[in-house]
Amino acid sequence: MNSNGETIIEVNNLVRRFGDRAVLDDISFNVHRGETLVIMGGSGCGKSTLLRHMIGSMKPTSGSVKLFGEEITGMKEREIERVRLRFGMLFQSGALLASLTVGENVALPLLQHTNKSPDEIEQIVKQKLEIVGLTGFEDLKPDEISGGMKKRVGLSRALALDPELLFSDEPTSGLDPIMTAVVDQLTLKLTQGSHMTAVVVSHDMTSAFRIATRMIMLGHGSIVAEGTPDEIRNSPNPEVQQFIHGQADGPIPLNVSQEEHKDQQHVRPRPFLGGRFRFHHKHT
Amino acid sequence: MVFIGVRAAPMVALTAFSVGVTLAMQAAHSLESLGAEMYIPDLVMLTLLREMGPVLIAVIVIGRSGSAVAAELGTMKVSEEIEALEVMAINPVQYLVVPRFLAMMVMLPALTIFGNYIGILGGWAVCRFALDFNTAGYILRALESADTWDLYSGMIKSVVFAWIVITIACNAGLNVEGGAEGVGQATTASVVQALLAMLVMNAVLTGIFFFAA
Repeated sequence: MNSNGETIIEVNNLVRRFGDRAVLDDISFNVHRGETLVIMGGSGCGKSTLLRHMIGSMKPTSGSVKLFGEEITGMKEREIERVRLRFGMLFQSGALLASLTVGENVALPLLQHTNKSPDEIEQIVKQKLEIVGLTGFEDLKPDEISGGMKKRVGLSRALALDPELLFSDEPTSGLDPIMTAVVDQLTLKLTQGSHMTAVVVSHDMTSAFRIATRMIMLGHGSIVAEGTPDEIRNSPNPEVQQFIHGQADGPIPLNVSQEEHKDQQHVRPRPFLGGRFRFHHKHT
Repeated sequence: MVFIGVRAAPMVALTAFSVGVTLAMQAAHSLESLGAEMYIPDLVMLTLLREMGPVLIAVIVIGRSGSAVAAELGTMKVSEEIEALEVMAINPVQYLVVPRFLAMMVMLPALTIFGNYIGILGGWAVCRFALDFNTAGYILRALESADTWDLYSGMIKSVVFAWIVITIACNAGLNVEGGAEGVGQATTASVVQALLAMLVMNAVLTGIFFFAA
């Protein structure tokens, strides 16, 4: 529990198929305590799918995901709740409950999972909102604040139970440069100071290089490159270089030719309508 | 609870009153030709308690609250709120479905009782002002015609309907897929399915209560 090299997340040979297409194809990596792992990659490369497998909301086709040494892929809902208490998750849109105020949203996990008094909870809520720069916003409803603010509230809600592990899905997209820096610094403070572990899905390269201790780049469902920020920056892999420098020209295919498009549609015989719709949507 | 119950009351009242009035007028028309106007209160009372009360109030609640629950839960589903609850180790069924379920189970029968009263009041209005009944006569006749079983059978129906409506609505809402369009489809589906299930169940229950017994 205290050793710095303890493995928090262990992903082994993870495969997830939607129909015939492997969205995640044999992915393996470990995350140790105190690390900040940034997962990057183009849109639709499977980043979010990978994240959903790590939080246990999707089950893999094969392979294993271990959190805190416990295999979660075969767990029942009851068991997985116990593991979920130990981590926080920041959703891309914030995913605040629209019927509750900002303060109530942050208080929700505290009310549900602790026996703290209302006064204590109010204190914690104030403090958690303060660290994301939203003091005094407790009584507003989520639809009265901006997208970036929602995301920061989502972050303070994810931190409400002081988790050992934080998952963030695009924590800085939609934030202004100053707030991006604030969120990054917060992540750094938590991982360095409190030995929190963070897994961040991002394609904001400035922010990624600022917070990461290790980086993984995903492409076509598998790991294209893995290493420290320096290793990634100096990677000889042209795909990595194209991605981190945001160049339009490079080895990553942007446009699928008409022939390829037909081919792809050909390998999509789907038994039922619902699946085909979803598949199309994901792919385009 | 306030939404499903209290705020539905005016609508329920208007509907029930109209039904009571209509029933009495229809009854008056048919029974007069047989010279049996004195049975009008019986007809209004029994029809309301056994059939029209539970069914019509359920129709209103399906259109009003069932659809709202399906749309609300569906919106929460597409905006990742349900997933967020799960990740916070909060069971969405416990947190979202149980309170709505309880509210519906209490409020639909309560609204039905309320609607029955108003409907009987509607019947009285016709009898009193159009047909020269006196108030006491109407009340006595109505009470004489119905026994407690008539009330209970309607209440049992109403509890069963509540269960059907809220189960279908929550199920439709939590299984939404595909954004705003999905929410719309789920809401419509929940109303249609709940109406059909409710009407079929009404026929089954009437068969059990009054035909087989």
